[in-house]
Amino acid sequence: MSINLDNVEHVARLARLQLSAEEKHQFLDQLNAILKYADKLNELHTDDVQPTTHVLPIHNVMRDDVVRESLPIERVMANAPEEEDGHFRVPAVLD
Amino acid sequence: MPSTKYETVIGLEVHVELHTKSKIFCGCSTAFGAPANTHTCPICLGHPGVLPVLNRQAVEYAMKAAMALNCEISPISDFDRKNYFYPDSPKAYQISQNTRPIGLNGWIDIEVDGVTKRIRINRLHMEEDAGKLTHIDGGFGSLVDLNRCGTPLVEIVSEADLRSPEEAKAYLEKMKAIMQYCDVSDVKMEEGSLRCDANISLRPYGQAEFGTKAELKNMNSFRGVLRGLEYEEERQADILDEGGQVVQETRRWDEAQGRTLTMRSKEEAHDYRYFPDPDLVTLIVEPEWKERVRASIPELPDARKARYAAEYGLSHYDAEVITSSIKIADLFEQSLTYTTDAKAVANWIMGDLLGYLNQNGKEIEEVALTGEGLGAMIGLIEKGTISNKIAKTVFKEMVESGKSPQTIVEEQGLVQISDEGAIKAIVEKIVAANPQSVEDFRAGKEKAIGFLVGQVMRETKGKANPTVVNELLAAVLKQA
Amino acid sequence: MTPLELTLVEMQQQLKSRSLSATELVEASYKRIAATEPQIQAFLTLNESQALDDARALDELLAQGGEVAPLAGIPVGVKDNIVTDGLRTTCASRFLDNFIPVYDATVSRKLKEAGMITIGKLNMDEFAMGGSNENSAYQVTRNPWDLDRVPGGSSGGSAAAVAAGQVPFALGSDTGGSIRQPAAYCGVVGLKPTYGLVSRFGLVAFASSLDQIGPFARTVEDTALALQVIAGHDTMDSTSANVDIPNYVSALQGDVKGLRIGVPKEYMGAGVDPKVKEAVMAALRVYESLGAQWEEVSLPHTEYAVAAYYLLASSEASSNLARFDGVRYGVRAADPDNLLDLYVQSRSQGFGQEVKRRIMLGTYALSSGYYDAFYLKAQKVRTLIKKDFDDAFSRYDLLIAPTAPTTAFKIGEQVNNPLQMYMNDILTIPVSLAGVPAISVPCGLADGLPVGLQIIGKPFDEATVLKAAHAFEQHTEHHKLRPQL
Repeated sequence: MSINLDNVEHVARLARLQLSAEEKHQFLDQLNAILKYADKLNELHTDDVQPTTHVLPIHNVMRDDVVRESLPIERVMANAPEEEDGHFRVPAVLD
Repeated sequence: MPSTKYETVIGLEVHVELHTKSKIFCGCSTAFGAPANTHTCPICLGHPGVLPVLNRQAVEYAMKAAMALNCEISPISDFDRKNYFYPDSPKAYQISQNTRPIGLNGWIDIEVDGVTKRIRINRLHMEEDAGKLTHIDGGFGSLVDLNRCGTPLVEIVSEADLRSPEEAKAYLEKMKAIMQYCDVSDVKMEEGSLRCDANISLRPYGQAEFGTKAELKNMNSFRGVLRGLEYEEERQADILDEGGQVVQETRRWDEAQGRTLTMRSKEEAHDYRYFPDPDLVTLIVEPEWKERVRASIPELPDARKARYAAEYGLSHYDAEVITSSIKIADLFEQSLTYTTDAKAVANWIMGDLLGYLNQNGKEIEEVALTGEGLGAMIGLIEKGTISNKIAKTVFKEMVESGKSPQTIVEEQGLVQISDEGAIKAIVEKIVAANPQSVEDFRAGKEKAIGFLVGQVMRETKGKANPTVVNELLAAVLKQA
Repeated sequence: MTPLELTLVEMQQQLKSRSLSATELVEASYKRIAATEPQIQAFLTLNESQALDDARALDELLAQGGEVAPLAGIPVGVKDNIVTDGLRTTCASRFLDNFIPVYDATVSRKLKEAGMITIGKLNMDEFAMGGSNENSAYQVTRNPWDLDRVPGGSSGGSAAAVAAGQVPFALGSDTGGSIRQPAAYCGVVGLKPTYGLVSRFGLVAFASSLDQIGPFARTVEDTALALQVIAGHDTMDSTSANVDIPNYVSALQGDVKGLRIGVPKEYMGAGVDPKVKEAVMAALRVYESLGAQWEEVSLPHTEYAVAAYYLLASSEASSNLARFDGVRYGVRAADPDNLLDLYVQSRSQGFGQEVKRRIMLGTYALSSGYYDAFYLKAQKVRTLIKKDFDDAFSRYDLLIAPTAPTTAFKIGEQVNNPLQMYMNDILTIPVSLAGVPAISVPCGLADGLPVGLQIIGKPFDEATVLKAAHAFEQHTEHHKLRPQL
């Protein structure tokens, strides 16, 4: 499977990345090389194989419904690029 | 007005916030109304390095809700990441259940115009709620509050079985009642603990395939759901009538403008890139666990409705109204510990109580009335201590103050006067003071007696037993 | 002689007998850093004043005869993707240049509870993506054995700091080889524990189903002591295993006689440098002499591991790194036009090339229409790879192989060829996919550069891995070699 420049642009939009023209071409070549290499996996017949999401057979890990102390608001906002009235501020959702 | 040419097809996606004490994946409180971002921690803020741990109570509430909606519980389910960027979603993915949800293939029965209809439920899955955005500076900025972020939700997806806005409203009301009976949610639309999106399309009667649908959002009340869908039904019918094509899009119900508007968005078509969340492990529901949770489900609205009709002889309609809210149904049953007159209890609830709530825009839990009070009041009427008319005053006072009817009657001196001697003296006084009315009565104006009864009641501040007043007045007029 | 040359056990004893103070030890660490850091460049952030305060407080407590935790006063370096409350944590990314965490990772808390003193935060490939430290947004850490060569990665700073004697012990993280490969390149001991043995809470996620925190030290015994501090079930991590933790130090005792060792033939193939192979063969002869038996074994799906790994790890990373959006923390791009612009500019300016490349690959692999062909397929191949290990471990106690196909390569040599760079991890990636534990121990030099011996164990059988590594170390001198600085 190989990709084209449109795919690269579409994926960059999904990932919220802006690529220069040079980067786009570079990534196109590199991703195609990686994907070509990944074609190898199709040599393996896996229809009857279960996928592995977790290597450990752990299930039903749950906590009790107990309220724990939240962070003080100063700590919540300590790293905020822009704060207003105890909120994180962001620019217009749409322009 | 619904079109006669087109059949409306509606499917609902209902989100119900589960009222756990803490969030679904961290220990922050889920309490509503705290100052912005004060119910947050590194986990629900999506700080680097944090991991989710599932709240067992949220799972049990979800199972309870699913079983109450007649869903099968998946023996194995898991959590997936739904990836999208938005400031209300701090990890830029929502933890949800995509491929293996906890509940599948349920149904509920709804009733519209006396006809019962079964609406199928495709699935019920768990997920985390998002935060809240407030747009400021005329839309040039937004403020992000993440208190709600991580509140456990179940999303309940119906099949496209609904055929009118009324059915959709009935479905939502039934959903609310069931969730409330199960005690898994506050189900308050105004606080957002019950939310509803709809898919609506039209097709010519007789056509098998569905028409192009619009997704409708932002209907924040039952009335909004009804009006929004009615508007959309008409809008789509107009388009089809003009030979146009309905565009598949997401539209927003604007309550103030009373219409639906397309949601302008620069987002290209969503590609959520679902994949299993590697930070969470598989959920396995063993039969014992499932049965333990099932046992905690109380008698549900339909069962109560049938029982009220059978045990108390309530009409189908009365039983439907009373069981539409567990608080009202409970009040009904509590009252019956103190009186045996179920019909009277039903009448007081259906008439005075619901009227009061409606007039004052209040919820049943906001008023002080108890079943004991209502039962006792009916007892006072039966004993003749108070008249039906006085009872209305007593009832209102009970609703507002929560005092017992006996206390109210004593404090306000509302005991009915049935003593014939006392009433006769007043009757004679009124007859003497209103010769004109007496003359009118004798001239055949039957109405005049009504005026005289009114005067007696006024004189006794409404406390005179009306039956006795009527009897005595008739006797006095005949004599004179 | 600097007290930093002591082993952890010796430091422990001398601190206890008060012939050595925590302050002396911590000062020695900063002195060594001052002397060697211009060449090595292992640290991104130093914690000097806090560390000295902590050391002095500890010394006072000891002077008053107070009880302290067993490793109290011992300096430690922490990879910069492990969150430390109040101490800058950048993941070697411009995006987190200003990020001061507001909580401690579980391992950071455990270090504190053990009384260990955090000297500073160590360089790495940005967000742990890379095998050379050339992907750090700040600096390229140098290999103490040859300053023109990479220390390996992504935990290159951790490996180099221990190799250069700056700290006796450091924490790193391993997703596809990020502890073992730099340990091999820098001639130190590095252990990747079984997935689930050490809590990931507070480890900035690269690929959640693969990431594990582990220790670097100069000896196997020190590694065992360090593992003891960080291992154990954590209720904050749903993927943390609830298993009994043995005493790893006492498990070092006992011999390796009768131990059954498998040597995967695919790990000794054509791509492996003959000198590396020779060092591994020599190590196997040591085991033979100690009464262990070894034979060749096949792990037939090895050749598919790298492809499966890059699809899985990049997919998970594309989602894990989406939270870096410039809303709640991190460096926000200046003057964004609107929200979309805020996201795009902050991320595009904040992330380096390798991070972008993997986000692109992962986003593509998960996107609509490709999920089954890439992500799901890779998960299935992972099952086959794991089965290779299950089968091998039904017959052998341990597997032994080289850690990396070559010794450390030159800085700049592979930067323009990501695929070639990915192949450096060909011998460590399958182990990560299987989730089993593995250690890299020095097994000699090839052309003056360290070679690592990889000892792979059954799930949660770190004890046997450590015992075998310790036995090797006790009968060889490789671990005593030091780079000339």
